[in-house]
Amino acid sequence: MFNPDAVGKSRKSSTTFKVTQESISNFAHAIGESEVINSPVTYSIMISLGPSQTLLEENGLDWTRVVHGDQKFQNNRPLHAGDEVTCTSTIESYRAVAGNEIVTVRTDLHCSAELAQVQWTTLVVRG
Amino acid sequence: MDYIGGARMRVVELGYQIPAETYKINRATLVEYANAGGDQNPIHQDEAIAKSVGLPDVIAHGMLTMALAGSYVTKWAGSAAAVTEISSRFTKPVVVPAGIDVELTISAVIDEVSARQVRLEITAECAGVKVLGMAKATVSLL
Repeated sequence: MFNPDAVGKSRKSSTTFKVTQESISNFAHAIGESEVINSPVTYSIMISLGPSQTLLEENGLDWTRVVHGDQKFQNNRPLHAGDEVTCTSTIESYRAVAGNEIVTVRTDLHCSAELAQVQWTTLVVRG
Repeated sequence: MDYIGGARMRVVELGYQIPAETYKINRATLVEYANAGGDQNPIHQDEAIAKSVGLPDVIAHGMLTMALAGSYVTKWAGSAAAVTEISSRFTKPVVVPAGIDVELTISAVIDEVSARQVRLEITAECAGVKVLGMAKATVSLL
């Protein structure tokens, strides 16, 4: 059972993610893109995945029953090779609807003091 | 896409239907995306595991479908730097049987225009079934 009191809880990643040209190129090639200077628009999911999962697990999320409900990216700018990204994930909302639980986690991706991108991930825990 | 005198001409008009593009997804695509995107959930690679959790077969990562929608919008926008927002619901899975290229068709219509940006409503279909819901992107015109 997910902790309903987790709304507002936040976690800053303990390490920074260093963006490499190789990781941008690998992601771009996997989706058939040739533009490899700017990161593809959904590239940063690979950076936020770990930190947001850690926060959700700390608050009792049961992954065996989770489906990805929706996803949003607000990109103030693309990421580039050399960027050092710090993630801060926050449980933004939780509700129980018709036996399912719906959790939204927001992740802010900072490069030094600059807020480069923000993501929202909504997960549905099936009852 | 039309090019006139080297400058890219793009129709920016409410209701304009951007031409559709088709993307092929097969098992190799899923492995490549899993490695590049860091999501090794076995339901996207292992048929037995996918079926054990009630899926008809291996399914594509929802984030792969969304990444392809992002790619489609980027192509129209001219650069990933112009795509300031993209959002989507994952309504239906893209089922990827072994040995088959599954075709994902993505299109979009301009549903809001301002001096600074346009909003696109994206449709992603696989075998006539819409796999993304409420999919939208914002493209900066600046």
